[in-house]
Amino acid sequence: MEQRPPGFELTVQDRQTAVLTISGDWIQGNTHSDFQTFKDDLCCIHADKLVVDGAELGRWDSVLMAFLLQCYNQCRDDNIEFSQRGLPANVVQLLEVASTVPAHEQKAPEAEPWYGFLDPGRLYGEVRDATLGTLEFVGELSVALARLTVGRANTRLSDFRDFCYQAGPNAFAIISLTSLLVGMILAYLGAVQLQQFGAGIYVADLVVIGMLREMGVLMAAVVMAGRTGAAYAAQLGTMQTNEEIDAITTMGVSPMEFLIVPRVLALVVMMPLLTLYANVLGIVGGGIVAGGMGITPLMYIAQGEDAVSLAHLTVGLIKSVVFGLLIAVAGCRSGINSGRDSAAVGQAATEAVVTAIVYLIVADAAINIVFQQLEI
Amino acid sequence: MSDVHIRVSQLTMAYGSRVIQRDLDFDIMKGDIFVIMGGSGCGKSTLLKHMLGLLSPASGDILFNGESLVSASAQQRDRMRQRWGITYQSGGLFSAMTLAENIALPLQLYTQYSAADRDDIIAYKLALVGLAGYQDFYPSEISGGMRKRAALARAIALEPEILFFDEPSAGLDPISSSLLDELIVQLQQSTGATVVMVTHELPSIFAIANNSVYLDAKTKTMIAYGDPRELRDHSDQAVVRQFLAREASAAVEEPL
Repeated sequence: MEQRPPGFELTVQDRQTAVLTISGDWIQGNTHSDFQTFKDDLCCIHADKLVVDGAELGRWDSVLMAFLLQCYNQCRDDNIEFSQRGLPANVVQLLEVASTVPAHEQKAPEAEPWYGFLDPGRLYGEVRDATLGTLEFVGELSVALARLTVGRANTRLSDFRDFCYQAGPNAFAIISLTSLLVGMILAYLGAVQLQQFGAGIYVADLVVIGMLREMGVLMAAVVMAGRTGAAYAAQLGTMQTNEEIDAITTMGVSPMEFLIVPRVLALVVMMPLLTLYANVLGIVGGGIVAGGMGITPLMYIAQGEDAVSLAHLTVGLIKSVVFGLLIAVAGCRSGINSGRDSAAVGQAATEAVVTAIVYLIVADAAINIVFQQLEI
Repeated sequence: MSDVHIRVSQLTMAYGSRVIQRDLDFDIMKGDIFVIMGGSGCGKSTLLKHMLGLLSPASGDILFNGESLVSASAQQRDRMRQRWGITYQSGGLFSAMTLAENIALPLQLYTQYSAADRDDIIAYKLALVGLAGYQDFYPSEISGGMRKRAALARAIALEPEILFFDEPSAGLDPISSSLLDELIVQLQQSTGATVVMVTHELPSIFAIANNSVYLDAKTKTMIAYGDPRELRDHSDQAVVRQFLAREASAAVEEPL
């Protein structure tokens, strides 16, 4: 079918009446003069009445409707009477449907200057809100834990068991891989330096102490922050979206006791166990590298045994409990405060991991300083 | 005589070995407002998902203008779907996009409108559903009824030949619900599209539908087909008459 270019023409019929003749095919792919042209023309004419003539209109789709709607709205704004002749019946009907509800007056949001985020007042407000929010969360969690110890909390043992399983055995594979490799990395790192002094055998001490005090627990915590912390945030965020948390609250059950306590406890209980497991695998990893440098497994074990002390082990385990708590708190807090749409759940998961890792590093540094001062 | 637009032929739907509905056989004419009705859990939404090609039937076929959906390739199916507008139960709007972006997406994907035309068309589509001026709102910032209408605006973005609705008036107050019904009728009349909806809202069934099918949960097949007003008064199935007259009775032993 031959196409005619879409067009319109504004003519003056008599002093008051203007006629807008629409012609051609108003369909996608054809360009037409824009609405502004019509608006300018209409402005010059000062008519009281506009008649749209559709006798020469060919094919049409939403482009025509969008144009006519703009014409209609313009006429309404300028108090010009709008009428038509020769337009197809369904065009008239669609126009009627589209123009029944007046447009929503939109308040344009105030544009923020690019340096808005540097505003000290706002920064202070954000930091204060975040701090207060965390304190409130920790306070509520403490109350819930206290109620749990006297046996008055609505916490289900089966939930706790499930979360333990998710946070513990399910994480073995990834923890095995990372801690084995971290042990090997630690050994390589030390070996190069120590061999220069002919002290290659002390790689065993380095790996054992390094894993027990620091790397075993830190790597396990980072993996768990990405794995379980994010999962907690996503679960709770989705529950928030589905109004499940509202349902729990209105049942008279505290979401803190019902949802968060089992998650926090599971991670606090599982982290030390995962840390022990990570320590063993890390030391094995170090042994593999040491073997490659001519240190026999027996020598490695004998030297390593001397390095193991209860103090090192305890430092690592204390850290693991603290880290477990921090990861769970970061994850649950992000999740429970999540917004109610899909983007917000994603944001909550990201926030959970980022916050958890920041908490981990800060806490690790703080604990190290304290133990250094106490000479443990 | 109007033409058959959608033909469901000998359709059996099952999840694994559990049959939901069997031997469904009905035609939907061009320009019909067709309602799929039935008690809770009878497989209404499942049937709709089959018609949209989201689930594959255990046996049977669904033909659109004589073209099989079941045996269509993924590409053919996408092409067929471009001619449909679909409104999901909870709207299905993308929550991370504004209403304008939601409506712009199908336009960007499948049309060659210029950016300026697209904006005008978005304004027009929103005006059609009574949401003029809401371009820059996010779905979470508007009410449930408005979300349904915004979803409808997105569904009609490509001027579809068939409009599918899954429970359009679920969760709406009677006034919003009847306004939506009115809007569906007006759009149907002015665009000539075929409308297929799943609903059990009697007022809207009687207000707008001109053809319907009743799926029975107990016998697991369709037990009535025709104009719902006709069925209410003259159906030979007691269950259907009760459903449409909103009567509870001991004769209907549906699991709740």
